[in-house]
Amino acid sequence: MTALDNLPAPTDRAYRRWHRVNASIMVGGTLVALVVLAALTSFVWTPHDAVHVDAAHRLAPAFSDGFLLGTDKFGRDVASQLMVGARTTLFVGIVAVGVAAVIGTPLGVLAGMAGGWLSEVVMRANDLLFAFPALLLAIMLGAVFGASTLTAMIAIGVATIPAFARVARGQTLGVMHTEYILAARAAGRSRLAIALRHVLPNIASILIVQASVSFAIAILAEAALSFLGFGTRPPTPSWGRMLQESQELLFSTPRLAFVPGIAIALAVLGFNLLGDGLRDWLDPKLREHR
Amino acid sequence: MGLYLLVRAAVLVVSTAVASVVVFAVMAVLPGDPAEVALGVNATAEAVAAKRTEFGTDRPLTTQFLDWVSGLPAGDFGVSYVTTDRIGPQIVDRLGVTLWLVLFGMLMAIVVAVPLGTAAAVRHRSVGGLLLSGLSQVGVAVPAFLAGILLVYLFAVTWQALPSGGYTPLAEDPATWLRQLLLPSLSLGLVQGAVLSRYVRSAVLDVMREDYIRTARAKGLGLYRALWKHGARNAAIPVVTVLGLQLATLLIGAVVVERVFTLPGLGSLLLDGVANRDLLLVQGTVMVLVVAVLGINFLVDVLYALLDPRLRGVR
Repeated sequence: MTALDNLPAPTDRAYRRWHRVNASIMVGGTLVALVVLAALTSFVWTPHDAVHVDAAHRLAPAFSDGFLLGTDKFGRDVASQLMVGARTTLFVGIVAVGVAAVIGTPLGVLAGMAGGWLSEVVMRANDLLFAFPALLLAIMLGAVFGASTLTAMIAIGVATIPAFARVARGQTLGVMHTEYILAARAAGRSRLAIALRHVLPNIASILIVQASVSFAIAILAEAALSFLGFGTRPPTPSWGRMLQESQELLFSTPRLAFVPGIAIALAVLGFNLLGDGLRDWLDPKLREHR
Repeated sequence: MGLYLLVRAAVLVVSTAVASVVVFAVMAVLPGDPAEVALGVNATAEAVAAKRTEFGTDRPLTTQFLDWVSGLPAGDFGVSYVTTDRIGPQIVDRLGVTLWLVLFGMLMAIVVAVPLGTAAAVRHRSVGGLLLSGLSQVGVAVPAFLAGILLVYLFAVTWQALPSGGYTPLAEDPATWLRQLLLPSLSLGLVQGAVLSRYVRSAVLDVMREDYIRTARAKGLGLYRALWKHGARNAAIPVVTVLGLQLATLLIGAVVVERVFTLPGLGSLLLDGVANRDLLLVQGTVMVLVVAVLGINFLVDVLYALLDPRLRGVR
């Protein structure tokens, strides 16, 4: 009999919560790590040149001639495109979420700390921005400045600002009632110092969760935009455009649609699970029923 | 309630006005001159100037804006620079297709979400419930256009049961119309249904813990019957709100799905407008979509207040 046998059966709620949270973070984290790994590896190595057109090997099936996932209609290696496409996906996500967080968070904290008409103006502007979904914004910007990865990133980022502002404001409102803020104010700390030293660190965890969820939405938006021709321009590989190029060949070579499709879904699933898991892990009070 | 409605309505009007300025301003930044685009590179300066006068683009921006915006309430979106057709009738013409798509998409979402979410809540402790929750997680991760492509592969390519695209007006041939709308609305509805089912599950779980359900069960009602008779209305409040917010997502999702299934809706009109550099058409279509989203958000706010009076004081 070992010491382990004397432990109570792992049926209590805390244990199960820990277990489940771990599962979400583990599965989500693994999927995200795979995407990151593929993207990073693509900088130094891909099985083939991702943009090399090879007329002799057009539409080669999977596992043939060293093409792990086959080739597309131009003879480009699908596996290599997928790896470089991961780079595009992550790049767009990082910039878009970065833009949204850097603009949205201060706005939300400001609205939460200031209150009154300033809060009202910020939140109404937020509502207005809400009426311009990323897709619409990107199509508009694309019509004006031409489609590119940059316009897609800016459009997705700007459209994501309201999400960060709302969450930051809500959390700030909660924090402002706590005793440590009262103490800091009584000690004569400036508003900026309170925002930076007391509010931000205390709302950071929920902003990280928001970043993870927003990242998933950004991946979906980038894929949709590239699919419509408003995102990444050829020849730079992008999962959304791989899907769009595969559509005409759906009857003969469905593999070309499945590969980027599964990649998009798994990446989004990864970031969503990671966000959910982190939410539970960082703040059990906010846990949704799942 | 009257004051709340008034304030929300005022916010809607102001937001719409500001949105029209934003849409106009973004499109006015454009580097190209519509007159030059219309006439091509070999046009003389006189011809371009004449064309500018014809389009009215030689006037100050504020005049152009007021001229454009004053026509909007009456459905006058101006005349296309490219086709010289009136834009209003084109938008009305395409709006029907998109509205049918969104309506069916929403119905599909409800049909998917309510049983899935309820079952996942009732069995939340079992493997089956966990699997259902996992299924909805996967559904959330699939973009609508990908769902569309997969559905085309299954129903049009493999089983050849439904058409892969195209549109026949309802009045012309109702059976074909329905068959052609099924896959597009299913691809919108499945994804939104997955999102919605998570809220249904959460709402049903909350309701299941209420005393009145325990009382109903103690009276001898089965779980599903107790939920239906006493829980459904209470669980509906958060679900209806989410459903309202999803309407806006469905509308924008329709833009992409229309492209997958070559449906002649607002989305196709918008994308064709961009492709042809038909800026006034793009401007008008974007404005319609933005006003629709603003209007939906307004209705959700009002509905929210009607369903739950406690929320009227908030915000």
